[in-house]
Amino acid sequence: MIQLKKVSKIYDDGFQALKEIDLTFEEGQLNVLIGPSGCGKTTTMKLLNRLIDYTDGELTINDKLISEINPIDLRRQMGYVIQSIGLFPHMTIYDNVAAVPKLLKWDKKKIDKKVDELLNMVDLDPQVYKKRYPNELSGGQQQRIGVIRALAAEPDIILMDEPFSALDPISREQLQDELVKLQQEINKTIVFVTHDMDEAIKIADQIILMRDGEVVQKGSPHELLTNPANAFVEDFIGSERLEQAKGLPPMTAFIDQNYTYGTHDQSVEAVMKLMLDHKQDQLPIVDENNLYLGVVSLYDAIGQQDKTLNDLIVKVDAYQRDDETKQFVGSRETIAPVIEKDGTFIGVLDQDQVLDVLYQKFDSKSGVKS
Amino acid sequence: MDFLIEVGRYMANNSSTFVSLTIEHIIMVVQAIAYALIAGVPLGILAAKYKKLAPVILSLVNILQLIPSIAMLAILLIYFGMGTSTVVIGLFFYSLLPIVRNTYVGIKEVDPGITEAGKGIGMTPLQLLAKVQFPLSIPFLMAGLRVAAVIAVAVATIAPYIGGGGLGREIVSGINLQNEIRLVAGAIPAAVLAIIADFLLGKVENKTKRRFAN
Ligand SMILES: Nc1ncnc2c1ncn2[C@@H]1O[C@H](COP(=O)(O)OP(=O)(O)O)[C@@H](O)[C@H]1O
Ligand SMILES: [Mg+2]
Repeated sequence: MIQLKKVSKIYDDGFQALKEIDLTFEEGQLNVLIGPSGCGKTTTMKLLNRLIDYTDGELTINDKLISEINPIDLRRQMGYVIQSIGLFPHMTIYDNVAAVPKLLKWDKKKIDKKVDELLNMVDLDPQVYKKRYPNELSGGQQQRIGVIRALAAEPDIILMDEPFSALDPISREQLQDELVKLQQEINKTIVFVTHDMDEAIKIADQIILMRDGEVVQKGSPHELLTNPANAFVEDFIGSERLEQAKGLPPMTAFIDQNYTYGTHDQSVEAVMKLMLDHKQDQLPIVDENNLYLGVVSLYDAIGQQDKTLNDLIVKVDAYQRDDETKQFVGSRETIAPVIEKDGTFIGVLDQDQVLDVLYQKFDSKSGVKS
Repeated sequence: MDFLIEVGRYMANNSSTFVSLTIEHIIMVVQAIAYALIAGVPLGILAAKYKKLAPVILSLVNILQLIPSIAMLAILLIYFGMGTSTVVIGLFFYSLLPIVRNTYVGIKEVDPGITEAGKGIGMTPLQLLAKVQFPLSIPFLMAGLRVAAVIAVAVATIAPYIGGGGLGREIVSGINLQNEIRLVAGAIPAAVLAIIADFLLGKVENKTKRRFAN
């Protein structure tokens, strides 16, 4: 676990890049630092492998002060993917990937095995690519090598500074998927910098949104989407994503105000008249305490005037206020009563309205895609 | 045209002398350049690694280069006396600047992202130098080596004035005896040698460039 307590960084020129940052990176979590350019993401990351030293506060790794860890040892135990990839152009792909294991003096067989395994993992055939030089690879392939170079010595902590930024959208999504899959397998502590909110939402366990050297909000993607702390967060996330995250409006938004209902002490004849007057073929029935009892259909009632209403009530399942509208979508019920938790009748869903909202949503989404 | 034919005839008649003069010439140059590499590369590295040393080292080798060759040889003559080793020392001083400067520039020019990657994966400063910075500066160093070699081949022609050998012998004799044929017969192979050195080292330089280009 990595912990930053009131960590500040003032550069030599007097510029304060970080202002009393409090952060926790839990073991096995994928943490994403995000924010506008110049907000201090790279600075924060470089504190973690001591490429930069902080000027105030406390930074611990597994409860040990980072200043007490030898920086060379520290860096060899941490994978590091830098923003500009930074492959060694004079070394083969093999030598690039093997760089850290070689520094750690692994034996050759173990290194060979590891390099093959990693190349296979990112879908690059070892036999083809091992002996090539970085400039003989495409940008996407180079970035893959940059990532697996950081994984080679099996570090517990991996730092990734905008590792996919130089990629075309297709390669980027592919590598994001690979990273998520990989994280499920290897379960490392990852600190990942990006300025792409879609990327952050897709891969993060924890998102840390920064601005001007401060943490504006941190939390799971769900928390940020459903509970943005302020207008800056909302702005950064974007209204469209917030809208999508909200999903469909709650059940109660679709209650049909004009739909009428009856009470169980009414006669069958009275109930039939009610339905005909309101042009309904079904009628929800409540008791004297307004508790929902069931539904009477016009079809069942015809010719049954001699029976009591209770005999005709069919117990159609009702939705509860807190149920998600999604549950209704896709069901084939002709009538959808909604009740409170205690069974009190609220109303009936208007199917046309639900369809309308669904249609708008579908339309805007497909509009974005095309 | 007749003149050139005579030069050719003279060289043919004395071919064994010319071969040995050429070999002498090459040996002096190679020795000087080897020493210049041994001293110059570390100096260039020091200049690149220590900001405060850079101006001192660079201006020192710059001054050496600015001393006129005859003056340089005269000064060396005073300290080291006549002989081939004095020539080699002089050539060494002339070769130093391109090698020091190009090593320095080569290391400074390494992409900071690559240096940071090396540091970030846990290389010590020495490992970073040996595995990343120095190898990547080699194309620059090769360019410096080429310049140094061409200068040394040319300057070495005045070696006979201080007791050295090489193709300068024929040139100096030609001057002394006012024999144009001997003068040109010495000058042509010296020029050809410079061109060949330039061409061959240029090839090597391009090869290293291609390998390291990214
Ligand atoms: N070595 C430095 N000296 C002074 N200021 C710096 C230095 N490095 C970065 N900064 C400044 O610190 C701020 C944060 O930089 P950085 O962490 O790189 O931002 P980003 O979030 O884009 O990665 C920027 O305003 C940048 O100009
Ligand atoms: Mg950055």
